[in-house]
Amino acid sequence: MTAKQLSMFEPRLVRPAMIDSFRKLDLRVQIRNPVMFVVYVGALFTTGLWLHALSGGHGEAPAWFIGTVTLWLWFTVLFANFAEALAEGRSKAQAASLRAAKQTIMAKKLREPRYGAALDYVHGAELRRGDVALVEAGDTIPADGEVIEGAASVNESAITGESAPVIREAGGDFSAVTGGTTVLSDWIVMRITVNPGEAFIDRMIALVEGARRQKTPNEIALTILLVALTLAFLLATVTLLPYTLYSVTAAGAGAPVTVTALVALLVCLIPTTIGALLSAIGIAGMSRMLGANVIATSGRAVEAAGDVNVLLLDKTGTITLGNRQADAFLPVSGTTERQLADAAQLASLADETPEGRSIVVLAKRLFNLRERDIRALGATFVPFSAQTRMSGVNLGKRQIRKGAEDAIRRHVETNGGGIPAEASRLVAEVSRRGSTPLVVSEHARVLGIIELKDIVKGGIRERFAELRRMGIKTVMITGDNRLTAAAIAAEAGVDDFLAEATPEAKLALIRQYQAEGHLVAMTGDGSNDAPALAQADVAVAMHSGTQAAKEAGNMVDLDSNPTKLLEVVVVGKQMLMTRGALTTFSIANDVAKYFAIIPAIFAGVYPQLNALNVMNLASPQSAILSAVIFNALIIVALIPLALKGIRYRPRGAGAVLRRNLAIYGLGGIVVPFVGIKLIDLGLAAVGLV
Amino acid sequence: MPNLIRPAVMLMALLTILTGVIYPLTVTVLGQLLFFHEANGSIMTVNGKAVGSTLIGQQYSQPGHFWGRPSATSPHPYNGAASSGSNLGPLNPALTGLVEARIAALRDADPRNDQPAPIDLVTASASGLDPDISLAAAYYQATRVARARHLPLEQVVALIDRHARHPWLGILGEPRVNVLRLNLALDGHEPDS
Amino acid sequence: MTTQSWSLLGIYLAVLFAAIKPLGLYMVKLMEAPRSPSLARLENGLFRLCGIEREEMSWRQYALAVLVFSLMGCIAVYALQRLQLWLPLNPQRLPNVTPDSSFNTAISFVTNTNWQGYGGETTMSHLTQMLGLGTQNFVSAAAGIAVAFALIRGFARHSAQTIGNFWADLYRATAYLLLPLSFVLALALISQGVVQNFSAHQEVVTLEPTIYEITRVDNTGQPVTYARGDAIVDAVSVTAQTLPMGPAASQIAIKQLGTNGGGFFNVNSAHPYENPTALTNFLEAMAILLIPAALCYTFGKAVGDTRQGWAVLAAMTVIFVGAAIATISFEQQGNPKLTALGADQTAGALQSGGNMEGKETRYGIGASALWAVATTAASNGSVNSMHDSFTPLGGLIPMWLIQLGEVAFGGVGSGLYGMLAFALMAMFIAGLMIGRTPEYLGKKIEAFEMKMVSIAILITPALALLGAAVGVMAAGGRATIFNPGPHGFSEVLYAFSSAANNNGSAFAGLGANTPFYNGWLGAAMWFGRFGVIVPVLAIAGSLAAKKKLAVGPGAMPTHGPLFVTLLVGTVLLIGALTYIPALALGPIVEHLILWSIS
Repeated sequence: MTAKQLSMFEPRLVRPAMIDSFRKLDLRVQIRNPVMFVVYVGALFTTGLWLHALSGGHGEAPAWFIGTVTLWLWFTVLFANFAEALAEGRSKAQAASLRAAKQTIMAKKLREPRYGAALDYVHGAELRRGDVALVEAGDTIPADGEVIEGAASVNESAITGESAPVIREAGGDFSAVTGGTTVLSDWIVMRITVNPGEAFIDRMIALVEGARRQKTPNEIALTILLVALTLAFLLATVTLLPYTLYSVTAAGAGAPVTVTALVALLVCLIPTTIGALLSAIGIAGMSRMLGANVIATSGRAVEAAGDVNVLLLDKTGTITLGNRQADAFLPVSGTTERQLADAAQLASLADETPEGRSIVVLAKRLFNLRERDIRALGATFVPFSAQTRMSGVNLGKRQIRKGAEDAIRRHVETNGGGIPAEASRLVAEVSRRGSTPLVVSEHARVLGIIELKDIVKGGIRERFAELRRMGIKTVMITGDNRLTAAAIAAEAGVDDFLAEATPEAKLALIRQYQAEGHLVAMTGDGSNDAPALAQADVAVAMHSGTQAAKEAGNMVDLDSNPTKLLEVVVVGKQMLMTRGALTTFSIANDVAKYFAIIPAIFAGVYPQLNALNVMNLASPQSAILSAVIFNALIIVALIPLALKGIRYRPRGAGAVLRRNLAIYGLGGIVVPFVGIKLIDLGLAAVGLV
Repeated sequence: MPNLIRPAVMLMALLTILTGVIYPLTVTVLGQLLFFHEANGSIMTVNGKAVGSTLIGQQYSQPGHFWGRPSATSPHPYNGAASSGSNLGPLNPALTGLVEARIAALRDADPRNDQPAPIDLVTASASGLDPDISLAAAYYQATRVARARHLPLEQVVALIDRHARHPWLGILGEPRVNVLRLNLALDGHEPDS
Repeated sequence: MTTQSWSLLGIYLAVLFAAIKPLGLYMVKLMEAPRSPSLARLENGLFRLCGIEREEMSWRQYALAVLVFSLMGCIAVYALQRLQLWLPLNPQRLPNVTPDSSFNTAISFVTNTNWQGYGGETTMSHLTQMLGLGTQNFVSAAAGIAVAFALIRGFARHSAQTIGNFWADLYRATAYLLLPLSFVLALALISQGVVQNFSAHQEVVTLEPTIYEITRVDNTGQPVTYARGDAIVDAVSVTAQTLPMGPAASQIAIKQLGTNGGGFFNVNSAHPYENPTALTNFLEAMAILLIPAALCYTFGKAVGDTRQGWAVLAAMTVIFVGAAIATISFEQQGNPKLTALGADQTAGALQSGGNMEGKETRYGIGASALWAVATTAASNGSVNSMHDSFTPLGGLIPMWLIQLGEVAFGGVGSGLYGMLAFALMAMFIAGLMIGRTPEYLGKKIEAFEMKMVSIAILITPALALLGAAVGVMAAGGRATIFNPGPHGFSEVLYAFSSAANNNGSAFAGLGANTPFYNGWLGAAMWFGRFGVIVPVLAIAGSLAAKKKLAVGPGAMPTHGPLFVTLLVGTVLLIGALTYIPALALGPIVEHLILWSIS
């Protein structure tokens, strides 16, 4: 049920968005966006002027001209509303599919918190925090909670989109269950941890629907800048009336600037492009996070993601594949590599662990040793046990064992043998390489060592190099000893590592980085991660993790995929970059608008200023109209960019800035020259001006 | 707030004494000791009589004197007590009117000179007290002065050359001549050292 | 531009840059208590005498101290002017200054503007000049440096509650920086002919009598007319010239070094007694930018990375050099109407040529235009030529430099803190564009900073544009406009831009010594000064309290050409977007008219 990619102007979203555009003309809505509010007031004002001109009053300009300007001012407001409505609509569409999971569920409420207690059937929505419920095979889990008894396989595809069932059991890190998911087998007794309406899925839906959307800190700061620019342009514009009145006196001829032209100039100059799209960019940022199956608990967290410069990554699952694989056979003298491989293969034939399989695979690859049927050989498999801590095979008299050095030592010494110094040296060497040594013995004799390697995920090294170019430092967290950790860190290309990590060490590391002025992101799932998650600036909790972890984090990854942190950072950056790029574009546009409008509005008093009409626009009225129309249309043209976010390429800050300045700064200067001229040609062609 | 008033008043008093009394008095005493002539206006004397300051221009209108820059001081030109420029803007008709009249006056005084008038000779200086004219302005007037004084042109030109000052290292200062010194020399006065 | 002008600009910058590092380093030391035990003892004694607590101040206390001190200054300067007739050192028996002019002048000098509605030699007694204006030249400049110090501390510190002690900063900037520099410069100026005495004005007999005409007036002041209605004009002959005297050199040194600009005489540094030679002109012009430029180095040093200071300086230099080349070129181009009349404006070995109206021969075009740019790039406002008579575009550049907020070196202290406000704004947008919440020098730029930056950057255009609107609408404002046409509008716009940005230079044709202009411009100067200082101190306080983030490779580097370009771009774009419509109605259209009819 992963939110699927919606096409940009999906008809079923566009229609309601258009209706919403008109609904948002409400004064109370408009006043929340100061830049667009100025346009709104300007449009109201020129509407008045137009009505005055129509009613036969002494209009300051021809009624058709005031009317056309007014119409486009209203379009400007509507286009801004449309952008916001469309972004909201897309989010809602994503939320709607999540909401489908939240049907009315009947729950089995237990009177006492134990399996087998008396139960009542109640509506899922009636369960309060602290209530206890029984969920059996086939039931839907009624609310978010914690397993307190039992274990069950749960289908969480409603939330994660992942179809493989997961095990949820009491105690430990896999005790959290989510409302809306279903139990496939067995039963669990769960304690409800949230009140109705506060559940994860509720929060998620509320968030993406924008109902509880608050402006983020950076959005507030940017809004202040936009208001300041708007005020500056307001001043620059309103003062032109007295200035031209004086100029008319000084020149002894001509007419002062008209109010319609001033309103048009003002609307063109203030940063309407970014003002109209700012809110849509924020909503779209949250949607994109959701698209990556990450729920951010606040927009602030999304913003902070863009700032992260230290990533703490768990080794297992993020940097390495979960399982180790056999990589080499290292025989001791007196044994050939082939003999060792043969023995190792025999010992592993019945071993279904991934490590065991990988030994068989390696033997086949190196020496073309085909798998043999263990029963046909008459062999008995000796499985791994907690007591012996080794496994192997008995084949006639042959006793082949494989296991950790100390386990095998005990085994061969019992048989009257010993570990040769050569084998011990090999064991140490393998450990130093970051691999795990398995010693293979036959009866009292040690044959050699199997080197099990942590397999670093493909492409991860490149990914870290990319992050480094973005200025992000990666730190690997692992329970391994220092030697092993250092070797893997070097192979994966992380910048630093924390070996023998404990939750305390993790917390201390985060604090240390923060004290140095870094912003730290991490992922976590266990309850013992909670303090570190709470301390980190961006904390992505795995959805499979405990409730405590999820409460401590500020994002939850529904896929429980630790690599997701990288995507989170990119989404955060994209959102900020889109804001910056459109702000720059918006301001850069003003240069062309000045060249269009200034000669036009002052044509009445100083016709000499027509020398600045570099675009050679047909007439003053056409110039003003073209600028206003361009200003409105550019909003629509940029909606896709605002919703998709501008492309992010991991490069150094300087390179990114140069690129964006070239595209949105220089582009922002050039595009309106072309656009305004084309509109002017169009207006002249239809004979409007 | 009250704990700010006392430091403000006291520090103001302290700094006033330091910068408003001690500083100018010390500078004055040292200036008078080291640079008496300069500190008191660089006044030139001829036979013990003050004839003006080398730094402050004077008004000349006789054809036998070199004329200085037009002066916009009021009520009369080169009023040392009230320095002033014309402040006429480049488009002001008053400016073009005045320049036209000044060019006409130069032509009237020297009808045979049909060279364009050097710009500094027909435009008002910033201070209204400019002591200098450009070398171009001096050479432009040489024919008139020579004729009015019945002197050979070469002699007048030589006089200008003697008083001419050129940019120091080609950078600081402009090609110019001090009008008072030039006219004193023409009149045969030798300033006391 | 002539070769000589290029060389002049080159030498000017070379000397300026040579002085930056030593002076900048010296100023870093001024931010702390003096190391010398005897100086420290003296300081302690003086502070105890003045009742100064040595504790550091929060930004609010610091701002309050600046305001209280400035208010005291206003009262003192106002009182001196109103009472000068009865006070000593008034050899000319100059009357008490009018209330409106006193009000304007008091604010003007306290705010480091030094707008002069009055003519110095005809208005102010020696005592007023020394105790009032001279002292304010020092302390208003020192206050600007103090505020810059406070802002530098804001960047340099982290998790701190205080930004320094205003009294200590003020005292140290005055006593250890401005006084010694002024002393040396003053003596150098005297050696070249700048007057320094307490004599009454001197009379000399001129070579020729000066004959001029005056309109006869009756005892009510009305012109007496012939029966036909023409005024009766009398020819008058004067044979003496009055040479003004006074302690000029000491005041001129500090008016240049402190970017004050208030001249001793009416025409300021165009007066031969204020600026007698090409050498004094060079020294005085150098003194304008010396401290503002060196403060950039101080800034870089104090924040622990001198490259940061050089980058800010580079941005300033780019704007300055561009402006200087443009102004010199436009002035050298001259006035086409005068060529048409038969004047020779070509540059050559014998004359500087160009637009010489309102310029002195000894400075020519290069040194005049360079000064005009330096004085408006800084908040100095002293002039050695009449900006009102500049060519339209030659005059546009100085006016625009003022309107940019005087950040190309700028006033002492004010230039740096103004430029840093722009840097915060530039880095805000740049930060977003690289996908990070914005920061500068490891300090996050958040809503509070943006609010204060916006106020600091917006207040001066608001005052200038609204002020000019009032000026051209009100009868009192229109009455004293001197030049006709768009140039008249430029005069009013320039006046309010100059006042709001605490520059002090003028399109001086405008009759500004009227109750209307004295009042309005006085208000513009006050709010233009403290409407910037208070938010800047608020930023300093807020930054000081923040953590300092590590500046890693992911952060935008603020010491390279990209940052310089960005900063220059931001300054120019904000300045252009705010002022272009107004400028179009003044110098721009004037230029088009001038070159279309000739």
